Amino acid sequence: MHYKGTEMDIIVAENVHKKFKLKQGQQVNNNGIISDEIEVLSGFGLKIKKGEFLVLVGPSGSGKSVFLDLVGGLSAPTSGVVYLDDKPVEAPSAKTGYVFQQYALFPWRSALSNIEFGLESRGVVKEERVKIARELLSLFGLSDFEDRFPYQLSGGMQQRVAIARALATKPEVLLMDEPFAALDAQTREILQNELIKIWEGTDTTVIFVTHSIDEAVFLADRVAVVTARPGRIKDIIEIDLPRPRKVDIRSSPEFAANRHKVWGALKAEVNKAQQDWKLAPVFSE
Amino acid sequence: MSEEVIVASEVGLKNRSIDFSSYAKHGKYLLKGFNKWSQGIPLVLVFFSIWEALPRLGVIDPLFLPTFSTTIKTLFDLTVSGKLLLHVVVSLQRASAGFGLAILVAVPLGFLMGWYNKFERYTDLLVQSLRNISTFALLPIFLLVLGLGESSKIAIIFYGASWQLLMNTISGVKSIDPIYIKAAKSMGVSDWDLFRKVILPASIPSIIIGARLGAKISLMVVIAAEMIGAKSGLGFFIQNAQFNFMVPEMYAGILALAFLGLLVNYLLVWFEKKTTSWKGEIGSSILG
Repeated sequence: MHYKGTEMDIIVAENVHKKFKLKQGQQVNNNGIISDEIEVLSGFGLKIKKGEFLVLVGPSGSGKSVFLDLVGGLSAPTSGVVYLDDKPVEAPSAKTGYVFQQYALFPWRSALSNIEFGLESRGVVKEERVKIARELLSLFGLSDFEDRFPYQLSGGMQQRVAIARALATKPEVLLMDEPFAALDAQTREILQNELIKIWEGTDTTVIFVTHSIDEAVFLADRVAVVTARPGRIKDIIEIDLPRPRKVDIRSSPEFAANRHKVWGALKAEVNKAQQDWKLAPVFSE
Repeated sequence: MSEEVIVASEVGLKNRSIDFSSYAKHGKYLLKGFNKWSQGIPLVLVFFSIWEALPRLGVIDPLFLPTFSTTIKTLFDLTVSGKLLLHVVVSLQRASAGFGLAILVAVPLGFLMGWYNKFERYTDLLVQSLRNISTFALLPIFLLVLGLGESSKIAIIFYGASWQLLMNTISGVKSIDPIYIKAAKSMGVSDWDLFRKVILPASIPSIIIGARLGAKISLMVVIAAEMIGAKSGLGFFIQNAQFNFMVPEMYAGILALAFLGLLVNYLLVWFEKKTTSWKGEIGSSILG
């Protein structure tokens, strides 16, 4: 009997396992057993509430991004099920939008045309697409840049366009895979502030992967700590900071207390992963 | 608005003012391009001077190497009388027919081989074996099978031009950053849209490089093919001039060939810039 969560839960992952086959000739030592398979997620279970901002933190290789791919329908679990709105995810859905660390803007399309991309697949007419894309560009302060190609935009601007592109189809769930990791520290903070401001005005659910505890605490309603590989949820920490989040909250004692809680849960896993690091494989599906 | 955006807007405004005067910008680029290009002129002049000097000084018998001025005058006369134009047009027609056919066949085949690993595994050995045979070595076979008419010439040009197009299309498809595919799939594209809107535009720069090489090969092969069993075309003209000991005409034909190659190359470079402007400055020089 599957428990599919309450009405409040938009995403439910139940006992999810995900294995990857290693490239030919590669092997991995899993607790003394030599294998050509690597288990990235093992017994991963998580319920995500509608409209919440959930941040996944965990050591490298713990399968956080893999979980996003499962929710986004870009990859299938080896066993177990991920439900989105009570239906198992089997293919990319109109309900999800995806933002990548490498921006992944199409270099042959202008900023405006990049944002239109997802709307094209949904059969939205040209005038409507342009209208939506322009609204989003202006939301991110990029109205003057609609004709620019990605190479003509800074990293921060490119990632703004990428977020706008993901938001254009009005997804219920926004998947963000270390979206700010490639940006410099200042731009990163500015984008965190912009993102949280925009998100606080919507009812979009966000699943956000990061390695930065500060980023996690500043953005999240809840921070889910993932164990070292094979990943499963170790702990979920409620961030009891008031909303809307003000920029200066970062220097408050409450922020530090939350930060301490997250680090406490994460520390052991990071150490474990460091020891495992020399075994870190290159995997392919 | 955040600080970064304000800074960025200022940069944008600066660029914008250039955008407004786009004619000036275009002119400036042309001038810059010409300045770069013109640096190559002195060496060409030195080459022509040596050419002029050698027969004049009697180092080489003018019978075998007429002076540059004689050659240019012959080329001028041949052009004005329209004698040469006919041959140039015929050669260009053959080259473009073979080259066009190569695009129609090699590019789609390249997409199939680049995208479907299984298809590539089945075809790769045959393709690699055929690719490494010199096109010219096959010329007699094409003549035997297809005869002396147009079809054998077009077929051999098609064959010669196809390989660069095929290889570059394959490598274009294979080197697409998987993140673009992932991003497109996350937005729910159909297979056809994935091809049309991601795979095709992402491989265009590589295909165009293949097309440039293919076009050059087409020009080379057409000349060779016309030297064996043809009654028209620049290759025939050069060969015929040689047989009839019309040495200045022969050199004029070769010079015309050089101009033609230069022209085609500039055309292709221009086309490349036009179609891949989204990449910013492209690496290839104007002389490519």
